[in-house]
Amino acid sequence: MSWDVLSISLLATALGLGLGWVARRFRVDADPVVEQINQILPQTQCGQCGFPGCRPYAEAIAAGTAEINQCPPGGTAGIQALADLLGKEVLELNPENGQEQPKAVAVIDEAICIGCTLCIQACPVDAILGAAKQMHTVIESECTGCDLCLPPCPVDCIEMVVRPPAMSDWMPTMPNRRPTSVLTNSLPTASAGAP
Amino acid sequence: MRLPAREQAELAGQRLHHFHGGLKLRHHKKISCQKPIQRSKLPPRLYVPLLQHLGAQAEALVVQGQTILKGQAIARYKLPYPGFVHAPTSGTVTAVARHAISHPSGQEGMAVIIKPDGRDEWCELHPIQNWQEAAPALLRQRISECGIVGLGGAVFPTAAKVEDALSQDIHTLILNGAECEPYISCDEMLMREQAPRVVEGALVLQRATGARQVIIAIEDQMGEVWDKLHAAISSSGQDDIRLVKVTTIYPEGGEKQLIQVLTGLEVPEGKRPSHLGLLCQNVATAAASAAAVIEGKPLIERIVTVTGNGVNQPANLLALLGTPISNLIEQCGGYSNNAARLLLGGPMMGYALESDANPVIKAANCILVLSHSDIATEHEELPCIRCGECARVCPSLLLPQQLQWDIRNGLIDDAAGHGLAACIECGCCDFVCPSHIPLTQWFRFGKAEWRTLIEEKKISEIAKQRFEARELRLANIKQDRVQRLEAKKQSLQDNQNKQQKIAAAMQRVKKKSDQQANTENADDQGESS
Amino acid sequence: MTRKFATSSAPHLPATTSVAKVMQQVLYALVPGIAAHCWYFGPGILLQILLAIFFAVGFEALMLKIRQQPVRIHLLDFSAVVTAVLFALCLPPLVPWWIALLGMFFAIVIAKHLYGGLGHNVFNPAMVGYAVVLVCFPQTMTQWLPPSAPASWIFGFWDSASTILTGHLPTPMLWDAVSQATPLDTIRTGINSGLTVDEIRTAAIFGDFGGQGWEWIANWYAIGGLWLLWRRIISWHVPVTMIGSVLLLGLVAYFADSGSNPVPLQHVFSGALILGAFFIATDPVSGCTSNRGRLIFGAGVGIITLVIRRWGGYPDGVAFAVLLMNMAAPLIDRYTVPRYYGK
Repeated sequence: MSWDVLSISLLATALGLGLGWVARRFRVDADPVVEQINQILPQTQCGQCGFPGCRPYAEAIAAGTAEINQCPPGGTAGIQALADLLGKEVLELNPENGQEQPKAVAVIDEAICIGCTLCIQACPVDAILGAAKQMHTVIESECTGCDLCLPPCPVDCIEMVVRPPAMSDWMPTMPNRRPTSVLTNSLPTASAGAP
Repeated sequence: MRLPAREQAELAGQRLHHFHGGLKLRHHKKISCQKPIQRSKLPPRLYVPLLQHLGAQAEALVVQGQTILKGQAIARYKLPYPGFVHAPTSGTVTAVARHAISHPSGQEGMAVIIKPDGRDEWCELHPIQNWQEAAPALLRQRISECGIVGLGGAVFPTAAKVEDALSQDIHTLILNGAECEPYISCDEMLMREQAPRVVEGALVLQRATGARQVIIAIEDQMGEVWDKLHAAISSSGQDDIRLVKVTTIYPEGGEKQLIQVLTGLEVPEGKRPSHLGLLCQNVATAAASAAAVIEGKPLIERIVTVTGNGVNQPANLLALLGTPISNLIEQCGGYSNNAARLLLGGPMMGYALESDANPVIKAANCILVLSHSDIATEHEELPCIRCGECARVCPSLLLPQQLQWDIRNGLIDDAAGHGLAACIECGCCDFVCPSHIPLTQWFRFGKAEWRTLIEEKKISEIAKQRFEARELRLANIKQDRVQRLEAKKQSLQDNQNKQQKIAAAMQRVKKKSDQQANTENADDQGESS
Repeated sequence: MTRKFATSSAPHLPATTSVAKVMQQVLYALVPGIAAHCWYFGPGILLQILLAIFFAVGFEALMLKIRQQPVRIHLLDFSAVVTAVLFALCLPPLVPWWIALLGMFFAIVIAKHLYGGLGHNVFNPAMVGYAVVLVCFPQTMTQWLPPSAPASWIFGFWDSASTILTGHLPTPMLWDAVSQATPLDTIRTGINSGLTVDEIRTAAIFGDFGGQGWEWIANWYAIGGLWLLWRRIISWHVPVTMIGSVLLLGLVAYFADSGSNPVPLQHVFSGALILGAFFIATDPVSGCTSNRGRLIFGAGVGIITLVIRRWGGYPDGVAFAVLLMNMAAPLIDRYTVPRYYGK
């Protein structure tokens, strides 16, 4: 056997063993990808993606049986995050699954509610307070806006209300270097509320 | 030998250190310090905003048509920190309605509109007698009731800051008189003209926080202030108050930078200065706290520097909260010919206001009217050339160019990892950027995005937990039901078994008794034959 | 009466600097060196500079148009001009005009715009241009002139112009007769034929440190570079480590084998080292971001330059060293992210 063949073979073996050892020694245990996908999804559990909840959808994406653009509450930001995580292409939100809506919360009209508990059973995050024959009410801070309580209600007393942004919610916008408003020629403006 | 952080912090002020970066800017302060502080004239209407500091809007305590006295509480905050807004003068509430409120967004908000009656009648005041011996908790309560907030610009409720810091045992109180932004001179004038009050404020806050020593930091370009404060300190007879001069570099007056200069320490990430046993308060806040405790006077007015090349006679005015800015400008000789921008705050960190109908708020330390030649002209933004000037001047040791790349490309997580939260939005990087990139704007935007991201993550995490809890509950119910069914089936089975056993036993008994009856009969028959 | 104002975002003070101002100051800093160059080697270099600027600006305008970017603003930032001047200063004074054309094509179109334009190029455009013409036209790129005082210039203005624009020498002259190897080249061929450095250095072209004339040009570049340092256009990190590593390594090599290694200072004042240290390796776009990164970058350029000079195929290695370190810059950046306040 020639020295060349032997030396190359030895080198290859040594490097291969070395790589194997390094792979074992420096292994990083990463989250299983389903968990990572689930972290990105908004946890609304609304079912608009066609799956019964966010985790089943995450499992389907990981298995390759669903596309990343089926989640309206996640919106374009969610699709972007999924695309970044999985190395896939960013797609437009699939209109068959719904449109991206501003965050709304469910509000029960207490005058009409009959206390049937059908909505309580439907809510995936237990955000509705109440019991049989007792008044039902939605806990606003826990409501994810998934809409699942609307169909079961026999008297149609639930409405989705978009909360208007409060002044304390104001956020600075993306930069725009040019001055914004226009100089007017000081027409006197009456201040509101003065008599 | 490096001491542990808290011990090193106790040596605050003994020698001066440096902070990284910063800019030497032209002061432009003398123009507004030529005259003593004047009181602003009473305007025909006062517009006191209901949103004056961090957190949710206050709720009004007065209604339209109500007569009010000076110093009466007209609004109350509950969350996230308790606080009050008070009437600046006596008069009638003409409305609680929407009005310009000097908000950085430029939007209108709710304000209490007051028509002064000219009598300037105080309501009943509750000064604390013998405050030098009063319980610290009482002092803090009075400070909270009088609506005292940080008057250096951040308007954080003072009582909450003190309360929060107390859990960490404060040893040094630092009064921040290092007014570093150009043009602003309200603190300097306060210290010049009311030095004894500032010292009283130091003592009040010292008692309220339990600090062992007080350091008053002023800039080295402040001239007269040094002598006046020294005199006030010696006449107060206290020997634990020290006066320290720090070099005039922007942003020396930033809390973190001042701490670094006085102690050589950095406030660790995610922690507050109280972690090092330090508490910083602005000198005006201290003076206001003194007024609250010693005289029972709530925060209803503040010194405002009205300056810039856009006003004819720059001056410092003692203005009632709610005074429209137009009134202040008028008192300062009106606008000059080329007034171009109306800023609330200084030229580096202040925000532009759309109209001078906006009122004076607690945060209004300066009204700056800049002329066309003084403002940043419109420059086209060029790509970043990675020159590194921004990193050279950043007091927070950040890499603004890296942060800018990250935020621009939507990588907010990466930006946070590179220290976005440590940005104090001082504007130094913007000032030196040759490509005229609006870096500070990007960082403000990025920080807001980051906060939203964290909020959303929190909400979705809670939703996930609730969902999983619900699933568990339903699974448990199902499990229960199955078990009960099993148990019932079992007991039914048991029952059946039991019945069978009883029936079998009864059968046996019957058989036996039948058999017995038969044998008896046979016996009887046998005997008779 | 309410008065309304336009709004803008903080900070509101006028900007004191601009990309154009930065680039202009770089050009000012090069002027002494260029003047020295003309003094010793004639006016040919000025023509090269003009040609390079012409082609660079032309290509830049063309590419900006194609990429649908605003042409005027980007042309006025002088970045193409700086690239052109730095490229031209690396050329022998009388190379034909199409060298500048080719060099600027590769520098501006390929190295700069195809990578994304100003601020996005990975490699130093001037060095890319130089490396391409050096490798493609080795013969032409070694037609260096001997240093002389202005009184005895071989080529005056018109002669230079005609040589450059026609690509041919004025009729009676031949390249073999008028060109001369650079000091670095002389040392290399000398060492390869077995002479020691001291023996080689007795030749007339050598001055105190580098070559006659060349060392003075390097001096003037250094003075320009120091002015840039004072004006805070560049930071000290790259020049100090680049020159420092050359001195250090040169010292080690000199003590190891003084026969085949020149005194370290000679390395410093030869070739494009000073020009590279203050003007080329300090290019902010293709270099490292953090100060620690810059220290590593400068050291890397210095070490690789020495290695190429001693063992590589070319007499001077600054251009290739810079390009190799440009490749490494993103990785260095990744591992030298500085600590921020409070961390």
